[in-house]
Amino acid sequence: MIGLQHYLTVAAILFVIGVFGLFLNRKNVIILLMSIELMLLSVNINLVAFSSFAGDLVGQVFTLFILTVAAAEAAIGLAILVSFFRNRGTITVEDVNVMKG
Amino acid sequence: MVPADLSIILPEILLSVFAMLALLGAVYGRKDRIATSLIWVTAAIFIIAALSLMRSANGTEIGFNGMFINDGFARFAKVVVLFSAAAVLVISPDYLAERKILKFEYPVLITLSVVGMMMMISAGDLMLLYMGLELQSLCLYIIASMRRDSLKSTEAGLKYFVLGALSSGLLLYGASLIYGYAGTTSFLGIFAAAGQDHADIGLLLGLVLMLAGMAFKVSAVPFHMWTPDVYEGAPTPVTAFFATAPKVAAMALFARVLHDAFGGIVGDWQQVVALISLLSMYLGAIAAIGQTNIKRLMAYSSIAHMGYALMGLAAGTSLGIEALLTYMAIYVTMNVGTFAFILTMQKDGQPVTDISTLNMLSRSEPGKALAMLVLLFSLAGVPPTLGFFAKWSVWNAALDADLVWLVVASAIASAIGAYYYLRIVYLMYFGEEPQEALVCRPSVVLSGVLTVSSVAMILGMINLLGLEGAAEAAAATLVR
Repeated sequence: MIGLQHYLTVAAILFVIGVFGLFLNRKNVIILLMSIELMLLSVNINLVAFSSFAGDLVGQVFTLFILTVAAAEAAIGLAILVSFFRNRGTITVEDVNVMKG
Repeated sequence: MVPADLSIILPEILLSVFAMLALLGAVYGRKDRIATSLIWVTAAIFIIAALSLMRSANGTEIGFNGMFINDGFARFAKVVVLFSAAAVLVISPDYLAERKILKFEYPVLITLSVVGMMMMISAGDLMLLYMGLELQSLCLYIIASMRRDSLKSTEAGLKYFVLGALSSGLLLYGASLIYGYAGTTSFLGIFAAAGQDHADIGLLLGLVLMLAGMAFKVSAVPFHMWTPDVYEGAPTPVTAFFATAPKVAAMALFARVLHDAFGGIVGDWQQVVALISLLSMYLGAIAAIGQTNIKRLMAYSSIAHMGYALMGLAAGTSLGIEALLTYMAIYVTMNVGTFAFILTMQKDGQPVTDISTLNMLSRSEPGKALAMLVLLFSLAGVPPTLGFFAKWSVWNAALDADLVWLVVASAIASAIGAYYYLRIVYLMYFGEEPQEALVCRPSVVLSGVLTVSSVAMILGMINLLGLEGAAEAAAATLVR
């Protein structure tokens, strides 16, 4: 029997993979966008699991909102990435370094 | 039922309808040629909205089954957000036109982000909180990279986007845990589930993750790393916007979540907020010392100021919220003036941001140098300027909550921080002889905003211009 904790574990693992993908990745900014998507989807798994086990629909409504916002966010991220690429000619993470902070 | 709900969110509806009409009108009309007039119209609408909010009925209105809360606290924060957004709008057109980025999307995006901020401030539910936050952030990502042909601006946008998305992810993961353990997304329900003593571990984990996400939005340490780069890379008017309205909205959201949803377990989050506040004050004070770019310096300055403001929140009392609101209102006034000054800085017709160009400004532009002197004294918190009273009120609140160590530490931090503000004053009045003096942009609007904000810093000694009473009434509606 698959219980709530199994879903939560999967979601937690996906979330951690997403966070590590953001910090350890040195190659490609597209991978950063994929990691962000992974984090948001792990949250969705969490919400749907909680919602279905608690018999409360709010969590699933929340999930739909997150999916919509994630799509808008990806569109904006890619647009910014394209204009960055036009100026810099590369999308390697290590080259996002004109300003040092 | 529904008409009553709609009347509560009327300002938000009108602003978003305006944004959409402006977008349509500009796309099918005269495009960027109407940008300047659109900016002025938007600013006028913000001011009308702020004035009508100030005059609207007192008391707490709750709409959409508790999702949307329009109380005194929300109205105060919204008025500050609207006024600061209007001020930033009117100081931008000259600079943007000169750099050929005066686009009609700019006021539209600012309007939409202000709608997002107003939703954040009024959120009574995790869902509305998230939607408002994202509406605000998505617009900010775009305007940060508005100068599409500039490497710095697009890099700033990219960095802001990636780190902002990370913080949204953390905040959402926290929200999902809170939903799971409280069984509801409404702040009232969470308040009941968290209890009055110690909440269980799942809720606390969710709270900590949400704190991390919100600390990012107010650029508090340890989530501040985006601030200097984004401030430096974004076009200056956009930087001015980042430093003002979104900070107020995020701080109001911070207070809203901590008091409306977790107000019963103050002991559980007080230490965390106090620590964030302490680290922000010191990092802001120390890291700013070596900066040569005034926009980067203002970034570190805003990190430090967020630290002081969070001190009010760490008090966890009504007095603390009052101090927080007072602090944010004063902070915004100082920053609008300072950025109006930064926008006037130019050499050979090109905008400059290097601090060394300010050498002996008092000789070439005595009036502007004097106004900037007042603003810098106020940012440093030198009495009797308004900036001192802002710090005084948070110290008062923290002392009242027995956070003596925090008050002592922050007094030391503000003494360290005074060094870099006073260094600019030194350069302006006793600096080296410059090869060519800085010629300020002759602009009535910029000089006007600069004058108003610096005069307010002085006149503020009298009764804080009535700010304190308003903040007190607003704070009383939030803290139960």
